[in-house]
Amino acid sequence: MAGLTTRPLRGDTAKSQRGSEETPFIKWLLICIALGFVGVFLVLPLINVFYQAFHNGIGFYFESLREPDTLSAIQLTLVITLIAVPMNAFFGMAAAWAVAKFEFRGKALLITLIDLPFAVSPVVAGLVFVVWFGRQGFLGNWLDAHDIHIIFALPGMLLATTFVTVPFVARELIPLMQANGTDQEQAALTLGANGWQTFWYVTLPSSKWGLIYGIILCNARAMGEFGAVSVVSGAIAGQTETIPLRVDKLFHSATSAAGVASFAVASLLALLALLTLVIKSYLEWRTERAYALAQRSESNSA
Amino acid sequence: MSIELRNVAKQFGAVIAVRGVSFSIGHGELVALLGPSGGGKTTVLRMIAGLEMPSSGDIFIQNQRVNDVSVRHRNIGFVFQSYALFKTMTVFKNIAFGLKIKKWAKSDIDFRVAELMNLLELNGLEKRYPHQLSGGQRQRVAIARALASKPSVLLLDEPFGAVDAKIRQELREWLVRLHHDLNVTTLFVTHDQEEAMEVADRIVIIAKGTLEQIGTPREVYEQPSNEYVARFIGVMNVLEANVTSGIARVGEMEFPTSSALDGPARIGFRPYDVQVSTDLACYRYRAVIKHTFFLGIMLRLELEMNSGLVIRTRMTKEEYSQLGLDDGKEVSLQIRKYRVLASQSGPLSSEVAYTYQMPPTIAEGI
Ligand SMILES: Nc1ncnc2c1ncn2[C@@H]1O[C@H](COP(=O)(O)OP(=O)(O)O)[C@@H](O)[C@H]1O
Ligand SMILES: [Mg+2]
Repeated sequence: MAGLTTRPLRGDTAKSQRGSEETPFIKWLLICIALGFVGVFLVLPLINVFYQAFHNGIGFYFESLREPDTLSAIQLTLVITLIAVPMNAFFGMAAAWAVAKFEFRGKALLITLIDLPFAVSPVVAGLVFVVWFGRQGFLGNWLDAHDIHIIFALPGMLLATTFVTVPFVARELIPLMQANGTDQEQAALTLGANGWQTFWYVTLPSSKWGLIYGIILCNARAMGEFGAVSVVSGAIAGQTETIPLRVDKLFHSATSAAGVASFAVASLLALLALLTLVIKSYLEWRTERAYALAQRSESNSA
Repeated sequence: MSIELRNVAKQFGAVIAVRGVSFSIGHGELVALLGPSGGGKTTVLRMIAGLEMPSSGDIFIQNQRVNDVSVRHRNIGFVFQSYALFKTMTVFKNIAFGLKIKKWAKSDIDFRVAELMNLLELNGLEKRYPHQLSGGQRQRVAIARALASKPSVLLLDEPFGAVDAKIRQELREWLVRLHHDLNVTTLFVTHDQEEAMEVADRIVIIAKGTLEQIGTPREVYEQPSNEYVARFIGVMNVLEANVTSGIARVGEMEFPTSSALDGPARIGFRPYDVQVSTDLACYRYRAVIKHTFFLGIMLRLELEMNSGLVIRTRMTKEEYSQLGLDDGKEVSLQIRKYRVLASQSGPLSSEVAYTYQMPPTIAEGI
């Protein structure tokens, strides 16, 4: 699977021949630096989040999650994610398909534009939407007259989240689809398949893992997005607060209980991150197993 | 007619890939589309399949004009140069794909796939993925997949290009046997003239987008329509000679010509028309064997004459060992037949038979 070979981050497969040629000292130094970095910047903060979250005990932990404003934030985050991620999955597929399978003018521009949300600060992205749709914005009067609320409401947050997460799926799929080329699709056509069947039986399966991987990353980011959403949401408790906004607000409250509660809510995001990693590893393991099984049946029959 | 092209041309932007090509292939024929790389062979094949639209001209399959028929309704089997196997599917699913699309009953699919796996000797590989197959196996899967739904025409693009020389020979025999068994009209692309000669009933020669000749291997070989074909098919020796008073000279070689004009001329002769002997007195010219190339049962020899002129010849392995030849050995030679060549694409002049009588030697008659 090309999706796996392009991501040689697994310890067992990425063993370099050169590693054995380095002196033991350098080898251990490099390993320690890498592990130390990961420990200090990733593992410790993660552990700390959970440590702080359970600081007032398990009962308090669940209580703070059950608080109405927090529940509302969780719900809103889920709604936004459930809309933004499928939209971007669809857009990512379409864009990757167009880029990989066709030649057209403006292709380079499209690829650059897809990356734009990574280059622009999320806060700036949020501000752009405010400038367009805000009360003082270009379309403000018209929207007001038609009683359409975008800024400080769900549509604005959706727009912001979708914008920020545009690149994830497309960026995963474009190189994969380009590597796959159009040969298999053409073969399907000669075998009598129509466009839809070709997509469903050939294109989609051969880019499945890239797609899933992109969706997971997109999902994690959509749930965790703070900057752009905070600009357009107004952070009205119980109405336009997402999980990250809720964490931020609780964290900056005066009471220490709220501080602990903020970590409790934050632990949800941390859990999401862990879950993302687990799913990703599972997916990689699954493909490898599929091939291993096929390999075994081969040696049986041989 | 199974396949017919009438004045078909194809242009990619400024590049003219195919220029007004017409030919037809009868039912059950095995035909090679032969030509140098970049000559437009793949483009012709893709137009027949419907993967490419001709810029002009008409294409017929089973006497039906198919210009406006989409790929999926042309009922062709296409074997891609890269095989293009579905890499997420097992061998079984690859072969069954077209049948599933055409909504065959499951039992019929199982039967048909088993039949093809048998025919192409793929038994036991049904659960493998393409990346777990050898080059030759992949190619046979690609052929099985293309044949599965019983196409009226089988098209193969450089079917033996991607496998090594040893398997290639085996696969050629495969194709011939398969064609014999199934009798499906087959058109395959190759840039290898020996392959075309060995496998095909007829050969269509295409170069620079133009049809140069079409005929049986024998016709193409014995009556090449022009020098280009002659060189391409027979690896013709072409020497740049100079004519003075009716004799074309190049190096120490002399070729009597009927032309009264003095000046440059080109002399062409086939490798088979070079006669070689280890008896240095047997023929007029002397040469040293520079190189022997082994091409299956045939050998190709490069002979270097005293003047540095290099001449190519061919013979069977038996002849070679009978004569006791080897690299570095000195031989005598003569050219049995040759042609005086006009322009590259012009028609060929007739061959001149030429035998040189050795002057009697003292030893003769003893
Ligand atoms: N899709 C294409 N776009 C532009 N030029 C092409 C395309 N396909 C083929 N050509 C050009 O057409 C000519 C013939 O190509 P091709 O049919 O592939 O030759 P062959 O198969 O004989 O090697 C070449 O000059 C090639 O560059
Ligand atoms: Mg080609």
